This record gives sequence, structure tokens and C-alpha cells, in this order.
Amino acid sequence: MEWLDYVVFSLIGLGLIFTVIRFILGPKLSDRVVSLDTFNMIIIGLIAFLALIFESNLYLDIAIVYAVLAFLETVVFARYLEGKSHGNN
Amino acid sequence: MEIISYIFLIIGGLFFLLGGLGVLRMPDTFNRIQAGTKATTLGAFSIMIGIGFGVAEAHLDWLPKLLIIIVFIVISNPVGSSAIAKATYNSKNIPDNLVQDDLKDRGEDK
Amino acid sequence: MKYVTTFIALLLVYLFLAGFTVNEVILGSIVSAVLTLILVKRLNFRLDWKFPIRLLKFLFLYIPVFIWKLILANLDVARRVLSPKIPLHSGIVKVKTNLKGDFGKLTLANSITLTPGTLSIDIEDDYIYVHAIDVKGETEEENQANISGPFEKILGGIFE
Repeated sequence: MEWLDYVVFSLIGLGLIFTVIRFILGPKLSDRVVSLDTFNMIIIGLIAFLALIFESNLYLDIAIVYAVLAFLETVVFARYLEGKSHGNN
Repeated sequence: MEIISYIFLIIGGLFFLLGGLGVLRMPDTFNRIQAGTKATTLGAFSIMIGIGFGVAEAHLDWLPKLLIIIVFIVISNPVGSSAIAKATYNSKNIPDNLVQDDLKDRGEDK
Repeated sequence: MKYVTTFIALLLVYLFLAGFTVNEVILGSIVSAVLTLILVKRLNFRLDWKFPIRLLKFLFLYIPVFIWKLILANLDVARRVLSPKIPLHSGIVKVKTNLKGDFGKLTLANSITLTPGTLSIDIEDDYIYVHAIDVKGETEEENQANISGPFEKILGGIFE
């Protein structure tokens, strides 16, 4: 069953690559923020999956803290985007 | 038990892949937010359930943490997307393919 | 009453994070008591005797429908993403809600975001502004029935 780990890793990794491509392409700033949000969610799943691989409880704590920070980051970027609109876009 | 765990993990990975693909392929910002949010929420949900099945025999004390992660993601992910969507709308960056726009006739800068 | 509820909620979160051992229960009780004394003036909620019934209703009526809708939404997203030409007919519509109270509105908005083809953008008083991939109805009432109908009914039964 070892090879199934690699299947899961490659699926998650392909998802990450697509979001990174959108981050690079993204015509507007808001598209970049959206791709960053999706990227963070996928990273949370990846960290939790690492906890299963290494059988270590610590990674779940890291995933919780990362989830909290990702939410804050999303909201802060959204505020920034909103404030920026009053100047030239 | 291990087989069920891998089934959930692969479903989760598949939805993460679909989320990434949706963010890449959708034509405007709002639709990108939709695809990204839904697919990653169910993907994270499914991966946590898969991990729960995988460790249920060895480490029973992981399950509350997984529950906390699921609850937090299900609450915070839609709120974050709503914040981005509102900011996108307010930054005058509206796609021109909308067939209907009820937000337009609301008062300016609320 | 308010003190006890806050204390129990904090202690449960602490124990979920730290594990259920005797040491953690003692330390968690001390930490939760201090935090309760600090926080309780700024919290603003009311509890009545109906709360356990509401909680049970929330767990057994709302959650299964929610998960089922979430799976449907994802199949919908998968169909749209994988089709070679993406079918789009999107717009922003206004949906009226009858729910009172912040928590009810928050839950309704989250449910709308995670159901097929809709994304709630903003809440203003009694109206939720929703972006829909596929605007089906012609009038406001049709849209309302399509977008928030089922959840509105369930949540109305729980929170009212």
C-alpha cells in the first residue's frame, strides 16, 4: 500500500502547481489573493497528511496554527484590497 | 480500515486537484472563488476523515484535534471567501459577463 | 449561568487540543477560569432552557443536509471545471432572509456559499447578496426559493 501515498502526494502537488500558475498569471490582484487562499487550504491538508505519514502528533498542531494564520491572512488581504480601491486601480 | 482511509485520502486529493484546476480555468474572479472554496473545503474534510480512519487503531487522541481542524475550516473558509468577494466587488473590478447585478443599485460605499 | 457556559466551552476546547489526562484537566480548569473572568464582560449572548434541544436539532437535522449539499456542490464544480467549454450564466442576486440573530445569518451565509453554484458576498440587514454561477429564476421570489429555500426552513426551525 506504500505506493498509494505517492498517488495522494501527486494529486495534492498537482493542485498546488495549478494554483501557483494562477498566482503567477493572475491578471488582477484579487485573482492572486484568491489563488493564495486556495493554496493555503491545500497546504493545511498537506500538513495534516504529513502527520499521518510520520505518525507524529505535532504536525496536527502545526496544521491548526496554520489554519488560523491563513484565515487572518485572507481577511487582512481582503481589507487591503478594499482600501486600495480608492486610489487608482 | 487502511483501505477506507486511503479511499478518503484519494478523494480528498482529487478534490484539491479539482480546486486548483478550477482556480486556473474559471474565467473571472467570482467563479474562481466559488470553485476554490467549495473544492478545498470538501477536500480538507475528506482528508481529515481519511487520517481519522488511518490512525483510529493506534492513536485515539488524534481525533479531537482533527475535529477541531474540520470545524474551523468549515467555519472560516466561507467567511474568508466572502471577505475576498466583497473586496473584489468594492474595488470596482467587476467582470462584464454578469446577467444581473443587484448590488449595483445599492448606495455607494456602505 | 453565563460564567458556567463560558467556562465549559473554554475547558472543552482546551482538552480537545491538549488531550484528556488528569494534569491537563487541572491546568485547563485554572486557565479557563482566568480566561472566563477576563472575557465574560465582553461576551454578549443569551441562553435559555431550549439550548440543548437546539443543539441536538442542529447536529441531527442541519449537519446531514449540509454535508449532502456540500458533496452535491463539489460534483457540480467538478462537472463545470472538467467540461471543455465552461457553461456560465452568472449574476449577482439579492435574497431576502427571515432569520434574526447574527449566528443564524452567519450559518445561512456559510451554507449558501457551500451549496451548488452560489457564493454569498455581503449581508445587509435582511438581505444577502449572492453571486450565482447560473441564474435560473426570473423574479426575486424564484431566486430566493432556488438559493436559500431548504436551509432557510431548517435554520428557521432551529434558531427561532
